[in-house]
Amino acid sequence: MDLVWSGLHEAVRILLAKDPEILAIFGLSLRIAVWALGISLLIGLPLGVFLGVVNFRGRGVLLSVFNAGMGLPPTVVGLWVALFLWRNGPLGDLHLIYTPTAIVIAEVILTTPILVSLVAAAAAGAKERLHEFFLSLGATPETYLYLLLREIRMPLLAAVIAGFGRVISEVGAAMIVGGNIRGETRTLTTAIVLEVSRGAFDRALAIGFLLLALSFAVTAFLTYLQHRVREG
Amino acid sequence: MWEKYLSLPLACRYEAGTRKEGQSRTQTFRKTGQRRTKAVPRQDEENSEGYPMFGTIARKRRWAIAALVLWFAAWGALAGCGKSTSPEFSPGTEAPTGKTPQPTPAARDVVLATTTSTQDTGLLDYLVPIFEEQTGYKVKVVAVGTGQALEMGKRGEADVLLTHAPSSEKPLVDDGTVTNYRLVMHNDFVLVGPPNDPAKVEEAQDLKAAMKAIAASGAGFVSRGDDSGTHKKELDLWKAAGVDPKGQAWYTESGTGMGQTLLIANERRAYTLTDRGTYLAYKDRLDLAIVREGDEDLLNIYHVMQVNAEKYPKVNAEGAKAFVEFLVSPETQKLIGEFGVDKYGQPLFFPDAAKEGKE
Repeated sequence: MDLVWSGLHEAVRILLAKDPEILAIFGLSLRIAVWALGISLLIGLPLGVFLGVVNFRGRGVLLSVFNAGMGLPPTVVGLWVALFLWRNGPLGDLHLIYTPTAIVIAEVILTTPILVSLVAAAAAGAKERLHEFFLSLGATPETYLYLLLREIRMPLLAAVIAGFGRVISEVGAAMIVGGNIRGETRTLTTAIVLEVSRGAFDRALAIGFLLLALSFAVTAFLTYLQHRVREG
Repeated sequence: MWEKYLSLPLACRYEAGTRKEGQSRTQTFRKTGQRRTKAVPRQDEENSEGYPMFGTIARKRRWAIAALVLWFAAWGALAGCGKSTSPEFSPGTEAPTGKTPQPTPAARDVVLATTTSTQDTGLLDYLVPIFEEQTGYKVKVVAVGTGQALEMGKRGEADVLLTHAPSSEKPLVDDGTVTNYRLVMHNDFVLVGPPNDPAKVEEAQDLKAAMKAIAASGAGFVSRGDDSGTHKKELDLWKAAGVDPKGQAWYTESGTGMGQTLLIANERRAYTLTDRGTYLAYKDRLDLAIVREGDEDLLNIYHVMQVNAEKYPKVNAEGAKAFVEFLVSPETQKLIGEFGVDKYGQPLFFPDAAKEGKE
């Protein structure tokens, strides 16, 4: 257990000493998470609302696909993204493999199904409850959409929290498409893997504490927002 | 009507917009069974109820605006990463400036595929910045293990390889996949096991006998089983000893890196083959002792090579060549020989480039 203490100690030391390498890794992880989550949200929110409220043929199939997609194995996604991005792959000329952009692409593929599924479920539920009511207001499509979005704001934030949790803790895909390159694509999770394989367990623990702190801070913030939303 | 696209499978549908001015409605929420009576005024009426009617939307929009602001604040955290789709994502890793000749950006990146041991020992973290400083190239170190590194070479995904499995490297040299094949350094493998050495490996006459003794003792052996240089070495040793460990009850394939494998061997009080550097890094946490070292077959020889640009046009030949020359230069060789002495009291690698051709 003294390892835990030395890990905590090391974490505090890193923060106090502002270890530039770890702080850069910290920043990179946060940026990747924000980008991946933002893009996923841009795709997942409209798609989820659409799948949730609009009836069309094949909707059930699409919903099952996205539901299954919530459990996509990151390493498989990483491998497939790598196949496309490799130098001699179909998109090789974009020079994206082993860049943070590649990690963002993989994370978007992993996170979007989560957002789509959760948003679709929430939207479908809200519609079932309030469809009549919205129409009774003489709602135009815009107001209908607005009221619906307003209605699902809580589950939407829950979906964002879930998506953030996935992105920030993901390691398999980040390792494969990012390559864990020092100063470029090393994230908090891949740094932990590396420190463990170096036998530097206290350092690995320290980075783990930073990751937990980041994850907790963002989630707490989103939860706070969620409560504000409920009262607002 | 747009509503038809949102058709709801509910029995109690009604026509929207059939109410007259000023008329109120009683709403029953079927799903919850909750009965709520609420005056629902028309859009043009005064909204006295406080329900989110259109007149009060602006106020209710606060949360949305707050969320938007937060969103942009988060994106603001990306300041300076406007060009984030380019490889230059991370600040603080800008190219070295001044004195050195700058290659064109397209040819600046050099992808080095290598074994985990060179990264895990910290050797590359030590050498690469010096190389980058000297030449202006940017090295992307992808540490994957010898098997995958060689595979990346075969597919032209890497520019330069640094690996430690001569028997697997030779075919690539022969078929022209790689060129400029140069001896860099060696360190050594050691057999580690329980300190009381139940298989009496220490007393074995030679390495073959030692391996046979492990197999016969049933004490257990943990293999990395990951096609790494260490794994390949271990398989060579079994072959030389005439033992086929595959599927044997005492033989475990961990499928993980060296450190993890050492920990598993430690738990099982089993033997394993490891490079000395990783063993030293893990020593404090292990109850495993070196039971065999110094045999000639335990040498762990590292070669560097560049992937043949004539075969793979996308390879950065200039950068790869520069890195090979850097590793075998006398100055770098000296640095390699000194690396690790301050931390472990002994060098982790022994420079060999000067010996080349005398093999």
